[in-house]
Amino acid sequence: MPKIIKDNAIIDSPLAVVQPAEASLACSNSLLPLAFYLAHQTSLAGRADIGVWLQADEAVEDLAPYLSDLTVIALDLPQFGDGRAYSSAALLRQRYGFTGEIRAVGDVRRDQLEQMQRCGFTAYALAPGQDEQACLQGLAGFTFNYQASVDKPQPLFRRRA
Amino acid sequence: MYIYDNYDQTMVDERVNQYRDQTRRFLAGELPAEEFQHLRLRNGLYIQRLAPMLRVAVPYGMLSSKQLRKLAFICRHFDRGYAHFTTRQNVQYNWPKLEEVPDILEALASVQMHAIQTSGNCIRNTTSDQYAGVAVDEIEDSRPWAELIRQWSTFHPEYNWLPRKFKIAVTGAREDRAAVQVHDIGVRLIERDGEVGLQILVGGGLGRTPVLAPVIREFLPKQHLLTYLEAILRVYNRYGRRDNKYKARIKILVRAMTPAVFAAKVEEEWLALKDGPETLTAAEITRVKSFFTRPAYAPTGQGQAVLDAALQENFAFKAWVTRNIKAHQEAGYAIVNVAMKATSIAPGDVTDEQLEVLADLAEKYSFGEVRVTHEQNVTLADVRQDDLYPLWKALCEAELAAPNLGLLTDIICCPGGDYCSLANAKSIPVAEAIQRQFDDLDYLHDLGDLDINISGCMNACGHHHVGNIGILGVDKKGAEFYQVSIGGSANTNAALAQILGPSFARAEIPGVIQQLVDVYLQRREADEQFVETYNRIGIQAYKDRVYA
Ligand code: SF4
Repeated sequence: MPKIIKDNAIIDSPLAVVQPAEASLACSNSLLPLAFYLAHQTSLAGRADIGVWLQADEAVEDLAPYLSDLTVIALDLPQFGDGRAYSSAALLRQRYGFTGEIRAVGDVRRDQLEQMQRCGFTAYALAPGQDEQACLQGLAGFTFNYQASVDKPQPLFRRRA
Repeated sequence: MYIYDNYDQTMVDERVNQYRDQTRRFLAGELPAEEFQHLRLRNGLYIQRLAPMLRVAVPYGMLSSKQLRKLAFICRHFDRGYAHFTTRQNVQYNWPKLEEVPDILEALASVQMHAIQTSGNCIRNTTSDQYAGVAVDEIEDSRPWAELIRQWSTFHPEYNWLPRKFKIAVTGAREDRAAVQVHDIGVRLIERDGEVGLQILVGGGLGRTPVLAPVIREFLPKQHLLTYLEAILRVYNRYGRRDNKYKARIKILVRAMTPAVFAAKVEEEWLALKDGPETLTAAEITRVKSFFTRPAYAPTGQGQAVLDAALQENFAFKAWVTRNIKAHQEAGYAIVNVAMKATSIAPGDVTDEQLEVLADLAEKYSFGEVRVTHEQNVTLADVRQDDLYPLWKALCEAELAAPNLGLLTDIICCPGGDYCSLANAKSIPVAEAIQRQFDDLDYLHDLGDLDINISGCMNACGHHHVGNIGILGVDKKGAEFYQVSIGGSANTNAALAQILGPSFARAEIPGVIQQLVDVYLQRREADEQFVETYNRIGIQAYKDRVYA
């Protein structure tokens, strides 16, 4: 079973990303593509063994009506230098109040984890070749941050002693 | 100037440690080169043609004497005895060793400096008006606002991986000395019905597709600055193009959407953020403003008389005062510009000794502070009029008294092919050849304001599009050529220069400049400046002369 980092620990996760061509209602323990999920939302409602994954250019707004039904949303990073998923995660948390797991999938590397965490990601399926133990250390960011973020909703200037 | 507290210092110190570890992992082979590249860029380290280049952030150009001395120390211990002032008010070192960069950063951190976000596809150092706080045409000091933006943008987790680099400039004066119209975001402090607020411009820039930024918000109450920036950045981060790096700047997005649609999209996003936690509190605005109060001015009352007497006696001093001194808000004080443009020295280059001299003179005559300008010069902002003469004599000794501020020889020039691996052509020798051609000071003073800006390639670090005369290095079948343009301007009435015609070999450039100047001298009316004559008569007269 693939390992992920979740809540500061390395754990096994049964959930695997399913590509659009392979998606079907028969898939279990799967992260289904957004378009498939939206098309079959009524049949999928209540299924605890599935989540949804979004490509970097897909809009989290489309999921807004179904968030209470979901426990896992995965956001894909096609390259580690592609920052769109950070805004998607922040919107899911700050604007739509999603409280389930937000998982980073794709080109997920150690030196970005701390920024992802601040934007509301809680789980990381690492890119091939990443050292999980080292990545756990990568989660530790700076002691202080200036701006408001998901993990520290008040900016420093509202907390500055 | 802004002074770090424990929070600010801890962040910078922790960044040094983080970067030290990233460097160690790279050298140990644990971090692939293509990944380390992005990480080191976010700390200002490029790998250049000859060596790495380290860009150090100078927030809105402000430096203390203590910081200048540390920069001089770094020149001596980690580089070859000189540094370079850039067109974005920063400082660059051309010869650092990759493995020593963490030590350089540690030295910088000891004087509240850093290289954070001076490169890479993230929000860069915020620039401003070099005369902020002292300019006679000021509506409000722009520096507190630039500092608030600096803090908000530093390590912003959502905007560290933008489609492309992102530059913000702020001005609080009537005349725009910060070139806000050619930035990704320009912020203007403006007055409306007795209230000072912010006008927001988005999508200006130079580079391959030069654009003057449209205004997307006419008036924003100041407390909303950060939530509004957040909205702009979020729209850009989500919708900016990532498939083609030449189409990835926000100006392309604004143009593709149209400014009106872009503004509506930002407004929609902003309504969801408005009055949220990033809304500035009165206490925070007061706190940051308290670092930019007026120094303890103590005019003697004799300033003008002492100055007039010295002007009578010394013609060289008079030439310097005429060009390099600007009016100050406080009676009895003056703004002094130190032009770093002596012939045969690359524009903006400064030696460790000159940095030490500047530190000493700032301490003695200007409350221990200087500002770096985007014209690559240095400003001593608070000099008593009676001190101008002794200050000038001291500058003469250090070969820092060139009386050519704003003149043809005060050339803005990028490092070009001598240092930069992206260059099509060299730029420094072109600047020098022009300076040699125009070595008659009386003639230069008669010519008056004339900006020549030189870039070694399309990236336009030398801002050639907004030079009265712009020179761009181009590659013609492997040979270095130069395209000349005319009529650009970076001030309040910003304009993009027009290309004159086919490009020239390097040796032809001084002659071409001479011809353009000759047209001006023959056609100017009354007190017209170079660019005003151009605006009146149009490009054809210049073409006819140069390509005759
Ligand atoms: S304009 Fe081109 S050559 Fe000059 S510094 Fe910028 S990238 Fe290098």
